[in-house]
Amino acid sequence: MQPFDEMLTAEGGVRQPYEAFQAWFRAQDPEVLKEKASEAEAFFRRTGITFAVYGDDQAAERLIPFDLIPRVISGAEWRRLSRGIEQRVRAMNAFLDDIYHDQEIVKAGKVPARLIEANEAYLPQMERFQPPGGIYTHIIGVDIVRTAEDQFFVLEDNARTPSGVSYMIENRETMMQMFPELFAHCRIRSVETYPADLRKSLSAVAPPACDGPPVIAVLTPGIHNSAYFEHAFLADQMGVELVEGSDLMEVDGRIAMRTTAGYRPIDVLYRRVDDAFLDPKVFRPDSVLGVPGIMEVYRNGGITIANAPGTGIADDKAIYSYMPDIVEFYTGEGAILQNVPTWRCAEADSLAYVLEHLAELVIKEVHGSGGYGMLVGPAASSAEREAFAAKLRQKPGNYIAQPTLALSTVPVLTEAGLAPRHVDLRPYVLVSDKVRITPGGLTRVALREGSLVVNSSQGGGTKDTWVLED
Amino acid sequence: MALLGRTAAGLFWMHRYIERAENMARLLDAGMRIAMTNLSSTEEWQSIVTSAGVDLPYREKHDDFESHNVIDYLLRDPDNPSSVLSSFETARTNGRMVRTALTRDVWESLNEGWIVLKRRLARPVREGELPAVLDLVKRQTAHVRGTFYGTMLRNEIFDFSNLGTFVERADNTARILDVKYWVLLPNHSSVGSPLDTFQWGSILRSVSAHRAYAWEYHSDYTALNTIDFLILNRRMPRSLAYSYDCIADALGFLARTYGNEEECHITARDRQERLSHYHAAGEIVESGLHEFLELFIRDNNRLANEIAQCYRFYV
Repeated sequence: MQPFDEMLTAEGGVRQPYEAFQAWFRAQDPEVLKEKASEAEAFFRRTGITFAVYGDDQAAERLIPFDLIPRVISGAEWRRLSRGIEQRVRAMNAFLDDIYHDQEIVKAGKVPARLIEANEAYLPQMERFQPPGGIYTHIIGVDIVRTAEDQFFVLEDNARTPSGVSYMIENRETMMQMFPELFAHCRIRSVETYPADLRKSLSAVAPPACDGPPVIAVLTPGIHNSAYFEHAFLADQMGVELVEGSDLMEVDGRIAMRTTAGYRPIDVLYRRVDDAFLDPKVFRPDSVLGVPGIMEVYRNGGITIANAPGTGIADDKAIYSYMPDIVEFYTGEGAILQNVPTWRCAEADSLAYVLEHLAELVIKEVHGSGGYGMLVGPAASSAEREAFAAKLRQKPGNYIAQPTLALSTVPVLTEAGLAPRHVDLRPYVLVSDKVRITPGGLTRVALREGSLVVNSSQGGGTKDTWVLED
Repeated sequence: MALLGRTAAGLFWMHRYIERAENMARLLDAGMRIAMTNLSSTEEWQSIVTSAGVDLPYREKHDDFESHNVIDYLLRDPDNPSSVLSSFETARTNGRMVRTALTRDVWESLNEGWIVLKRRLARPVREGELPAVLDLVKRQTAHVRGTFYGTMLRNEIFDFSNLGTFVERADNTARILDVKYWVLLPNHSSVGSPLDTFQWGSILRSVSAHRAYAWEYHSDYTALNTIDFLILNRRMPRSLAYSYDCIADALGFLARTYGNEEECHITARDRQERLSHYHAAGEIVESGLHEFLELFIRDNNRLANEIAQCYRFYV
């Protein structure tokens, strides 16, 4: 069966949200568009919008390929998605608060206790602690896929340090520079508000020790981190300092940054350093990326850490399969956004089913990310499948399985003209005094024909994502 | 608003290395012009290596001072941290680290310069191609400087950047002058000869100052005038005196911004005053140009360390 194409219908027509774009596109000279495509690449390279691929010395800094054809979402589609996203992120925060306090949801038998206690992402250091504003995960990326006109599924949640938001903004900037007339014709909602919204969100969760306008900083592991460009971009756009662990020190019960005029306390730290590296006194003692003593300062109300340590328990892939129950438990309503059907390999029946149907399923590591450590059944050789089956039998609790979804496609511009490629969507959500969702997100596209893997580390590209004003 | 100490350090070093990349190109230009006089075989190139301060590491790698080896080492050798390519790359790494302190224009000119030079210097440069390549290097550094002066706020970010530029420039001008010392060392008899005039002219050309010299001195190139021009003349933007005026200005602004003065402020003022006490270049030459320059370079380094300490560049 043909996958659902978001632009072109099977009858050769164009779907309504794409009408205005299609009219413009038809009037363009294909040669000019090809030139624009290389212009865009030069722009990205000059701007330094790059990411690093670990273990790849040759291309320490690489570009994520950018495709000129936008991904368009109608206002009505977006409203529905937004409602579902807001419901989901509120439930995730309620879940985190519960998990680190009374664990009512475990007592109610909705989520098994072993998934919490034995989970690496669960941090006992967070027990009985209420972060400022009661918010645990302030910045969330929800990965959504589509399979039909009305079929949207959440593929996974990113509640720790979701990345890619700088591409959302730069992709738009690039499109506006190259095709200003397009933006005059189509009514597209702005995504530029994200940095200002992020600043507002972070300011609203200042810690008790803050006694003035909150001082915000972005904590980066440094220039060799794959997302360094984004860390610098966000600090720059918010007008706050970009700090590294070596800039910070505990001073009089606060975390302070070393400046040219002495140490200055920070109120809210947007950290892009993983939990394990955050505080060598508490977590990995060999970490040089974090700040010794920050956890104690945090628990004493001296600083807000966003996202809070220990939020990984909410985006764990084993927990994911319980999300519909979690949403219902805390909101009292059914989940607006559906999950992809998921087999938990920890359960004997499911494992048996999965082993039998390896060729049809996608198997993921519970704690994995970035498209690493997964098996795409239909694309794997029988030897690869057998090797994976052995791993599954050895440690079934480490895996979940999902059907291979026929992800929707959006055309990309190739040498031979338009050609359909599979896409997903990551909208960015800010949770603080209120929930702020930027209309748009990052559309990742698998550039290889037929491929379903959209991760940038595995050859995926990106598209500008439009939410129409209607 | 104070800056992160690391940011101040990054700005300082970014600008030092941009300046170094440019001056390394100027030094090569001086070497090329002096070599064209065909004085002797490779002495001129050796003097260039000595002046660049990379004598020892160079000798570890090469047994001779053939022009192609020197050109390669100073222009594009990744093992030489002061080569044009290494310098530009270090400038860019520092710029990337302090990106939030730079305007988009400055960052893009720096990043683009790095892309362009990396591409051109990926393959060896033949002697005949050298003028065009040196020109390309100077264009890229001029572009960075142009965006910097055209778009940056005049705040402490600007001051720390200027400190880097002028500490490095003072160092490099002193080194370029020193080339002359090394070349002439065995040939005192040639002082005042046409060849001598040509060599001083080459040095002036390498700092793009031969026209300016004519405006200022209305005379042939002479040793004393050239030394006066590059050391004492306050209107000459690459002279030691001018560099120290700029350093003292930047430190003065910082002292007012932060309301404190430390060792580096005293050292800089002291240096600036000493440079203005000379009445004529003759006084410097009498007590030894080379000795003067050597001491100057050492003091200049000490000042850089004092600045780093005062403004908490490092933990």
